[in-house]
Amino acid sequence: MGRITFIQHDGTRHTVDIEEGKSLMQTAMDNLVPGIDADCGGSCACGTCHVVLSEEWMAAAGVAKDDEANLLELTPDRSRTSRLSCQITTTEEMDGMVVRLPEFQM
Amino acid sequence: MKSGLIEKAKATVMDIGTAVVPMDLQIKGAHLLFNAKKKILRRPDFPAFVESPIPDVSTLAIEDIDVSNPFLFAQNRWESYFKRLRDECPVHYQKKSAFGPFWSITRYEDILFVDKNHDLFSAEPFIVIGAAPEGLSLEMFIAMDPPKHDVQRRAVQGVVAPKNLKEMEGLIRSRTQEVLDGLPLNKPFNWVEEVSIELTARMLATLLDFPYESRRKLVYWSDLAGGGAETTGGTSDTDELFRGMADMAKQFSQLWREKEAKRDAGEATGFDLMSLMLSNDDTKNLINKPMEFLGNLALLIVGGNDTTRNSMTGGVLALNRFPDEFTKLKNDPSLIPNMVSEIIRWQTPLAYMRRIAKQDVELNGKTIKKGDKVVMWYASGNRDERAIEQPDQFIIDRKNARNHISFGFGIHRCMGNRLAEMQLRILWEELIQRFDKIEVVGEPKYVQSNFVKGYSEMTVKLTAKA
Ligand code: HEM
Ligand code: FES
Repeated sequence: MGRITFIQHDGTRHTVDIEEGKSLMQTAMDNLVPGIDADCGGSCACGTCHVVLSEEWMAAAGVAKDDEANLLELTPDRSRTSRLSCQITTTEEMDGMVVRLPEFQM
Repeated sequence: MKSGLIEKAKATVMDIGTAVVPMDLQIKGAHLLFNAKKKILRRPDFPAFVESPIPDVSTLAIEDIDVSNPFLFAQNRWESYFKRLRDECPVHYQKKSAFGPFWSITRYEDILFVDKNHDLFSAEPFIVIGAAPEGLSLEMFIAMDPPKHDVQRRAVQGVVAPKNLKEMEGLIRSRTQEVLDGLPLNKPFNWVEEVSIELTARMLATLLDFPYESRRKLVYWSDLAGGGAETTGGTSDTDELFRGMADMAKQFSQLWREKEAKRDAGEATGFDLMSLMLSNDDTKNLINKPMEFLGNLALLIVGGNDTTRNSMTGGVLALNRFPDEFTKLKNDPSLIPNMVSEIIRWQTPLAYMRRIAKQDVELNGKTIKKGDKVVMWYASGNRDERAIEQPDQFIIDRKNARNHISFGFGIHRCMGNRLAEMQLRILWEELIQRFDKIEVVGEPKYVQSNFVKGYSEMTVKLTAKA
């Protein structure tokens, strides 16, 4: 089974199992990884499930749709590889993926 | 069009005047025009609302239900009215309210849909049921669509972003402690006045680095902006509003100039709103666009004012209505952050936001026509049994408490939500250390408004911790 590693802002690492079809946000929440608020519960409407991917995993994560891009635009500490984790569906191909969590969600 | 001349005159006052005429005088000019226009067009004053008992909702035909009644909260009818709409007619059309026809959206999922789809539903020109007083078109991004909204929000949101809040937390905490240490013990007092308003004024003064001794002005101004009869069914008066806004314009531009001078003299600048705006290339010259400048500042104080205030009062009321939850809290203060979200859900300080349909939209079996007013009732969405378990219960350790809809969703989602949560968290952390009992005495008095769900008075008696 594939695994994904979340790295908190303070450097703490959490490596968790992939459950195919579950969103990246839900994967973090279900494994009690701190650092994601997910205030809208995955409806792409709050922007508080912000994560930063590493460059090489951007393609595997797919392209952000308009509503996600709109919210990301308003995220204060966004970067080029920012995504909203509720909009990324995990697959076995994501084995080894590294996901960084921002210091704060807003 | 009859008003063409007046429109032109108004445009002249606002635009050409910008660079030369001080901002407060421009607002006075708009006030004169507003009054002149009222005379020329014989625009009648919007009648004040007179309170009468609101009937039991089961006695009404569905089309006669009017949830824009500004006494619905005060008379505690809102829960049954919205429940009936959610169950029988979740997308409901009221043809002939005092504010004209409007749609009510009452289920959580439908509200989310409207709030998210800013391409279908515009936040312009205003976000309350009624119309803003003409001429006082402060430019606030809460009532703008992209791309303008995004540019303006980005320019100011740093001040309430968690990074900056960390800087402010210590000051907000010590100012909170001071208030709580001065409260009377074993003696009833008005919680709204002594705690909720005072703390909110201190928080806003901190945010703006506003002269501390004048902090109550911030509350006064934003209360004025909060609503007259024609906007929300409230009680504030339009003439007073214009005068207040002129005074606000004057004081804010003064403060800005002072900060600008400090910056230019090379002094260290703070983490307050104006200092941040002055150090940002996009906003450092904002003062040259007075309506935008004022709008942005006003939005922060209005947005942060009665919302936070009424959550501070509402939390105490909720814990009195659900006393087991207070015991739970005392046994486990680590529940405070979760409780803060639950308080904000239970209270829902802003009952709704309004939109205008930009095209015909099919929603839950109804066709909303282009140009129609659409009101998203957050107060109802937060009590929607379809989305939230036991929604009428106040449960401080509720699972998924953060998923409430009080802050709205989508691009307009409350910018100050982290600040509001922080202020409430600090309040409860400090309260729980000091007091054993926080008893509500009698019934609170409610604000007259269809927009602000809040309290004008609530008597509380404190017992110190042993
Ligand atoms: C419990 C407290 C608060 C509640 C319930 C609340 C509620 C809301 C709601 C419902 C909206 C509109 C959301 C939408 O249209 O989807 C909003 C927007 C906004 N709020 Fe708050 N608010 C609170 C506190 C604050 C504070 C403390 C501030 C600032 C100091 C603030 C500033 C704003 C601003 C600037 C906007 C406009 C955002 C935009 O249009 O992009 N709010 N708030
Ligand atoms: S959980 Fe709200 S946008 Fe992802």
